[in-house]
Amino acid sequence: MKTAASSPRPMSPSLMTRIGAPISVMIAGALALLIVGCALMASWIAPYDPTDLASFELINAELPPAFTAEGDSHFLLGTDNQGRDLLSAMLYGARVSIAIGGGAVLVAATLGVILGLLAGYFGGKVDAVIMRIADVILSFPTILLALLVSGIARALFPGAATAEWAPVILICAIAIHEWVQYARTVRAATMVETAKDYVRAAKVIGLPPSRIMLRHILPNVMSPVLVIATINLAAAVLTEATLSFLGVGMPPTYPSLGTLIRIGNEFVFSGIWWIALFPALTLVILVLAVNIVGDWLRDRFNPKLRVKR
Amino acid sequence: MKPRLALCLSVAIGALMGFAAEAKTLRWSSPTDLTTLDPYAHTESFTTSMLHHVFDPLVRRSRNLELEPALAVSWKTVRPDTWRFELRRNVKFHNGNPFTADDVVASINRLLDPGARARGNISTVTGAQKVDDYTVDITTKGPYPLLLNDLAGVYIMDKEWMEANDALKPGNIATGVTTAASSTAVGTGPFKVESYKPDAGTVFVVNPDWWDKTQHNLDRIEFKPIKSDATRVAALLSGELDLIAPAPLQDLQRISGSSGFKVIEEPSLRLIMLSLSFRPELKAMPGQKNPQLDLKVRQAMWHAIDFEAIKKRVMRDRSRNTGTLVAPPVPGYSKDNDKPFGYDLDKAKKLLTEAGYPNGFKTKLNCPNDRYINDEQICVAIASMWTKVGIQTELQTESRATYFPRQDRHEFDVSMVGWATLPPMDGFSVLSSLLTEQKEGYGGSNSGAYSNPQIEELTRKAAVELDEEKRRAMLVEALKVARDTVAYIPVHQQPVAWAIRDGVEVPQFPDEYVRLWFATVK
Amino acid sequence: MLKVLLSRLGQAALVMLVVSAISFVMFRFVGDPVSSMSRENASVEEKAELRRSLGLDQPVVVQYGRFLARTLSGDLGISYRNQRPVTQLIAERLPATLELVLVATILSLALGIPLGVLCALKPNGVAARLVQAFSLIGISTPTFVTGIVLILVFAVSLGWLPSFGRGQVVDLGWWSTGFLTLSGLKALILPGITLALYQLTLIMRLVRAEMIDVLSSDYIRFARARGLPRRYIHFHLALRNALMPVITVTGLQIGSLIAFAIVTETVFQWPGMGLLFIQAVSFVDIPVMAAYLLFVGLLFVLINTVVDILYAVVDPRLRARSA
Repeated sequence: MKTAASSPRPMSPSLMTRIGAPISVMIAGALALLIVGCALMASWIAPYDPTDLASFELINAELPPAFTAEGDSHFLLGTDNQGRDLLSAMLYGARVSIAIGGGAVLVAATLGVILGLLAGYFGGKVDAVIMRIADVILSFPTILLALLVSGIARALFPGAATAEWAPVILICAIAIHEWVQYARTVRAATMVETAKDYVRAAKVIGLPPSRIMLRHILPNVMSPVLVIATINLAAAVLTEATLSFLGVGMPPTYPSLGTLIRIGNEFVFSGIWWIALFPALTLVILVLAVNIVGDWLRDRFNPKLRVKR
Repeated sequence: MKPRLALCLSVAIGALMGFAAEAKTLRWSSPTDLTTLDPYAHTESFTTSMLHHVFDPLVRRSRNLELEPALAVSWKTVRPDTWRFELRRNVKFHNGNPFTADDVVASINRLLDPGARARGNISTVTGAQKVDDYTVDITTKGPYPLLLNDLAGVYIMDKEWMEANDALKPGNIATGVTTAASSTAVGTGPFKVESYKPDAGTVFVVNPDWWDKTQHNLDRIEFKPIKSDATRVAALLSGELDLIAPAPLQDLQRISGSSGFKVIEEPSLRLIMLSLSFRPELKAMPGQKNPQLDLKVRQAMWHAIDFEAIKKRVMRDRSRNTGTLVAPPVPGYSKDNDKPFGYDLDKAKKLLTEAGYPNGFKTKLNCPNDRYINDEQICVAIASMWTKVGIQTELQTESRATYFPRQDRHEFDVSMVGWATLPPMDGFSVLSSLLTEQKEGYGGSNSGAYSNPQIEELTRKAAVELDEEKRRAMLVEALKVARDTVAYIPVHQQPVAWAIRDGVEVPQFPDEYVRLWFATVK
Repeated sequence: MLKVLLSRLGQAALVMLVVSAISFVMFRFVGDPVSSMSRENASVEEKAELRRSLGLDQPVVVQYGRFLARTLSGDLGISYRNQRPVTQLIAERLPATLELVLVATILSLALGIPLGVLCALKPNGVAARLVQAFSLIGISTPTFVTGIVLILVFAVSLGWLPSFGRGQVVDLGWWSTGFLTLSGLKALILPGITLALYQLTLIMRLVRAEMIDVLSSDYIRFARARGLPRRYIHFHLALRNALMPVITVTGLQIGSLIAFAIVTETVFQWPGMGLLFIQAVSFVDIPVMAAYLLFVGLLFVLINTVVDILYAVVDPRLRARSA
């Protein structure tokens, strides 16, 4: 089946400082950094700790945001159905979403790069086996595979739905599909590099394959990987949200943005709009910002990837 | 050819819809769907309630939920283990076949078949014998006081139809046998099934030849299942439905505030409770003695939960807090038992200290998130309250598909249980399923392994007691022991809350059944 | 040529075998059908007997063998939940999902191609920028949020369109269609849009990228140099060439759309295969889940194989390499 054959270019060292980016991309980048930064610092900047079961009171449930008439100044964006401060829940929730999305990208990229290098460098049977596995994986869409993996995990390990294990399961569920993209891209690039003189020379002087792959080929195939990773981060955050919305993601005691939207969705008709609205907005803005930056990166550094998804 | 066919069809449909607009149609929705049309091939109370529109039992529940004659007009016990039923005459099935004793015998035999999934509903019945065309004897294993209660859930099918359609035995997944009965229903009831499409909808039309006096004015019932609460409410408010049952509690205020709609509600028979593990160790504290074995700890756990707050916030004042394990209309209920311990943080802490746990302990709370009304929210609240007195509670919620199997495998330290005593509608089912040890067919849902010799004895005595007053006294006594020993922590009695369009009149029942043969629409 | 065909088919068969094994082994371990099927006060003995009668006490390998043999003979088993043959259930649901996917595909092509062309021809115009911005928002908004917002606006607030289900359907043989009645067509609009949005953005971006590529190619420059009319160059030469990959991707994406319909069908209570799958998951209806997985896998493998073979037929270079 088809592969994205792209000739890798070394990434410019002044990538982030170059003023080639249009203003919209810079705004998006700043927004993404702001949300990610706030989320990472959630435990310092959030007014309450929503994951501490003893910290909230049912009696405070469903208070509207502070800027509305009935709002309570203690809770800037209001409270959820359990009396949790919504702002705190969102900060922690964004942290969970980003951690899972980032984790999935990291796992998928690592796995994909390693398998892609192996397949491209050795070819033959190794290549055939890895690519057949990739084909099987690709016969299922991300969301279906992720639903399956989390469902199975829950059935096999009773603890899978708890706050400690759910993120691990989610990361695996998302990464199990996404590594294929990296593997295919890296494989194609590796094939091109392997045919070049410097790799042949390295082989001739008897360097071990692991050293050739990691020290010589890898740096030359990394730039498309970074671009794919950025775009994938947005997709992974969305997949996590969808799973949590369908009820197989993060538990309500440790909500992600998707879980908060799922909970809030049950209240939209009863006039309690804030529980769903604020997390949904945060999610869309975060994903949008990452997508804008990713798009720009792709167009800028790897136009060929544009066609593939 | 093809476009013409399409045109013809759309004209025909147009004509049909024009007709439907004239007729009195009730369109309604619930989150679950009928799983099958075969009354003996399922054990779900929702499907049972739907099929009651198509089939009649020998005895049925009246508008006041009293047992009353249906296809049987009278009955008596001829021996302690044999009941004789006089059948109603001039009753016809939907296909025109007359109803006789043969149909009753064939139906009971079909339900007693080992492949019938619902055979447990009449586990004490041993057989049915025809005496004459309109008289039938039903035999039980020894004296059995609740036979009529059980028979109210046994729908009578047509013998000739079953013979003609090779459906004398129920379908069986194991042998790969499916029968016509799972997608066709021929009964004697007030409505006929016009079409049945799983998850898309079921249409019933009125049976003009029903034997009973008609109290409804419907020509047609269109049922469509909608799982999502939000979509169901949206469909009602946008005029696509006349009734939603149940209506989500958080939307009741909005629905009753919208002009043209109203909310109707009544307490359900279903009690929500927490099952506590009485095993030597808790999953949360392996290697240590289970603190929940100490009565004081269990009392503390009860005192530590602010049920008033749960009622007010989570249940929006629609539930009723309770201290016992059966609802007021159910035999076995007594006012003296129905006293909640009350929310008392200091007392809870004191009891924990006396029990030797001044700093609390660890436990795990497991709950379903798609079975009972607001189940997940209730559990988050309880976990939060327990954590405040020092009982560090690790909460896990999951879908009923994985939750109930795990409860059956006794994997939980504390877990949520909902019990409506259905189908017999009798407190004995609490004793026989929740409070007794798992042996001799008892204790099927006693997942916490609660055990008390006094209750064991009372249960076995009540099982064969034919004197109703004595039997009820035994149930009350057993339930008092259960409360005193904190066998379970009762949470509340669920409400039955529905929402209807103005002009629709539907009676509600505490068993959560929808009985549309009492409904009228304008 | 025959060799290529055979090797592709062999690969497809191999993939399907693996898919079937995965689908079976995985589903065998999800949940426990016994508990979902027995009544709430069933005794321990009753449950054990049910387990035996379902064959769940047999070794896993035996269960898989049975599964495979039955599957090959076209028998996908009987749904635990409905006690009806799974093949029949899927056949009943297929029309609903395929009609939804068809509407979504048409919507996305009908809007995606012109918008993509617009963006390619005037990349810096106001319209193009707006469309670009819209497309980014489109792929950044989760499907379920779009669906809920559409229901809130068009069904609840305005009351123009139904919020759930298929409306009135007409049976043409075993195929039930919503295309022939007004209520059926109205019911298709909101879910169709929800499902199409992502696909629409994808096609728009693809057309734009392809057009830009083609427009900068030598033969277009040559055509321009010859002074051919602009319209002819843009729509006859450039768009035609840009559409080839669009058609391919649209074909390849049909499987994804069917899978993505899971979310759309859940939000709109659309009685298709996605809803069947989700409800099967919550009821642990193993035969239905296994069949759905096999079906989607088969669809993907079929589409991919057909596309590959077509490529081999069309592209002589590929033919030479494979041979």
